[in-house]
Amino acid sequence: MSDRPRSPAFYLLAAFFCLFVAFLYGPTLTILVLSFQGPQGGLTFPMNGVSTHWFGKLWAGLGIVDIWGALWRSLRLGVVVMGLTVGIAFFAGLAFRKRFRGEGALFTVAVASLIVPSIVVSLGIGLEFRLLDDAVNWAAAATGWGWLQEHGTLMGLYTSALGAHLTWTLPFGLLIMFAVFNRFDPAYEEAARDLGATGPQTLRYVVVPILGPSLVGVALFGFTLSFDELARTSQAIGGRNTLPLELQGLTTTVTTPEIYALGTLTTGMSLAVIATALGASLYLQRRRARTGLRLG
Amino acid sequence: MTDTALSAMPAAVNVPAAPASTTSLTAKTRRRRALAYLQAAPMALVFAVFFLVPLLLTLIVSFWEYNEYEIIPSFTVQNYFDVFEGCFSPAEACTTVRTYVSTLKFCVLTWACTLVIGFTVAYFVAFHVRSRTMQMALFLVCTIPFWTSNVIRMISWIPLLGRNGLVNYTLMGLGLIKAPIEGLLYSDFSVVLAFVHLNTVFMIVPIFNSMARIDRSLIEAAYDAGATGWQTLWNVVVPLAKPGIAIGSIFVVTLVMGDFVTVGVMGGQQIASVGKVIQVQMSALQLPAAAANAVILLGAVMLMIVAMTRLIDLRKEL
Repeated sequence: MSDRPRSPAFYLLAAFFCLFVAFLYGPTLTILVLSFQGPQGGLTFPMNGVSTHWFGKLWAGLGIVDIWGALWRSLRLGVVVMGLTVGIAFFAGLAFRKRFRGEGALFTVAVASLIVPSIVVSLGIGLEFRLLDDAVNWAAAATGWGWLQEHGTLMGLYTSALGAHLTWTLPFGLLIMFAVFNRFDPAYEEAARDLGATGPQTLRYVVVPILGPSLVGVALFGFTLSFDELARTSQAIGGRNTLPLELQGLTTTVTTPEIYALGTLTTGMSLAVIATALGASLYLQRRRARTGLRLG
Repeated sequence: MTDTALSAMPAAVNVPAAPASTTSLTAKTRRRRALAYLQAAPMALVFAVFFLVPLLLTLIVSFWEYNEYEIIPSFTVQNYFDVFEGCFSPAEACTTVRTYVSTLKFCVLTWACTLVIGFTVAYFVAFHVRSRTMQMALFLVCTIPFWTSNVIRMISWIPLLGRNGLVNYTLMGLGLIKAPIEGLLYSDFSVVLAFVHLNTVFMIVPIFNSMARIDRSLIEAAYDAGATGWQTLWNVVVPLAKPGIAIGSIFVVTLVMGDFVTVGVMGGQQIASVGKVIQVQMSALQLPAAAANAVILLGAVMLMIVAMTRLIDLRKEL
């Protein structure tokens, strides 16, 4: 196939692909341009001069909405979700290489967690925490213990919202780990064991360095999926919203290019994270290839 | 250590020692098992606390009573009756049926568009791009937007589709229309457009994955046997890409069925969807009603998934 000349189908398909890429990126590029709209400009073209006016207004804050607080909360939660996703998915991946009872069930649950509609998961977690709160309130009234009385709600960023995000990121992490371990040659581990390495040493000095680039990929999924998560968080967060939730609210209230400036900013952050992850992954791959050559 | 020592011994000595070696092996296996449980435990715990228990509670609470300020743990099926209220009169469709029909319409349209676009894109990258590096680069180009904010990607259609947007502006400039088209934004059209924009990646990735596994010599064989491009595509590539198509379809269908964000933002909060009904009831603190709707939605989605997997298995048998 590869030695044949290009068929007309190739050029048709290439044109289709280019159109698709334009469709994929075009709208985002539009708001990127419009976020530099002049002070008199509106939500649509034409550009009314070029300025960073709307970024300045954004910096000053969007009225009553605490956008920087929300951004900060989303960033922190994203980092926590990223760490937990990498750790939990990596060890679960290791477990699935050995056989254990209930592995089929765990896999089914992971896949189910991915495809059950987000609103249902979110509602369930919201219900769970409301019932937990009721239970705590009941216990406080029944026992009269002081430390239970000041109880507000258990729902929050690092409880219900964190759990909601993990139900979304962990299945992705596990599926990636499956793909990764399918291509992993157990001979490396056996060699390490034959040389007298203990289990933890084998993990630390052999498995993790070899899988490093893929673990960076899992981290990328963990962070970005959490940073942009909205549907599962919606019913499972207390009073203080994450950035995507605030953004959703802003779509109906903000009628100036400020929202485009915010879009440019968050997209830029996401792209920076993706670039860092891809860069780190490539760097680790290169280093692995280099070290491998030197040792070999 | 004992294993190697034993196997080095003559066979006659090895026989009586066999039971000892078995017990040491099982001890080792048992340790390995215990380690596997330990390693899988965090994931199992997360899914138990944040997925299985919540689903179970949703099912239970859907049978509870409620009033304006609290939910009451006493059994009732009233919530389900409320969902289907008026559905048994033949005169006109009830709200629930109309909502489901509207959501299903979005589902079918989105599924068809993402399937055609996703398959074509995956086919181009997998079979017409020759260098491996280029394949990976183009694949990344298709997936990067997936890692950016969905809400922002929805908002970014406003300057294009709005009343004074780029599309109307261009069409008027070309003299194709006299007055701006009104229903581009905040309509069924913009909802489906955004769904396709956001979800095509869920088709591309699994279909590309399936296609990457297809043995190239099969294509070569089809070509040598005189098959045209279309025949090869239809009789070789499509059947072998079916697992990817199935996975992608399941993703797209479940994402659209449960959606309330895209329908909300792109429909100007004016279009109904099943997910939106649940969200509204939840914010009105009608938790048991929301739970009943969630159970019905979950049942509907599961039926659709079963139907899709059946369809694919059936074709394999025919």
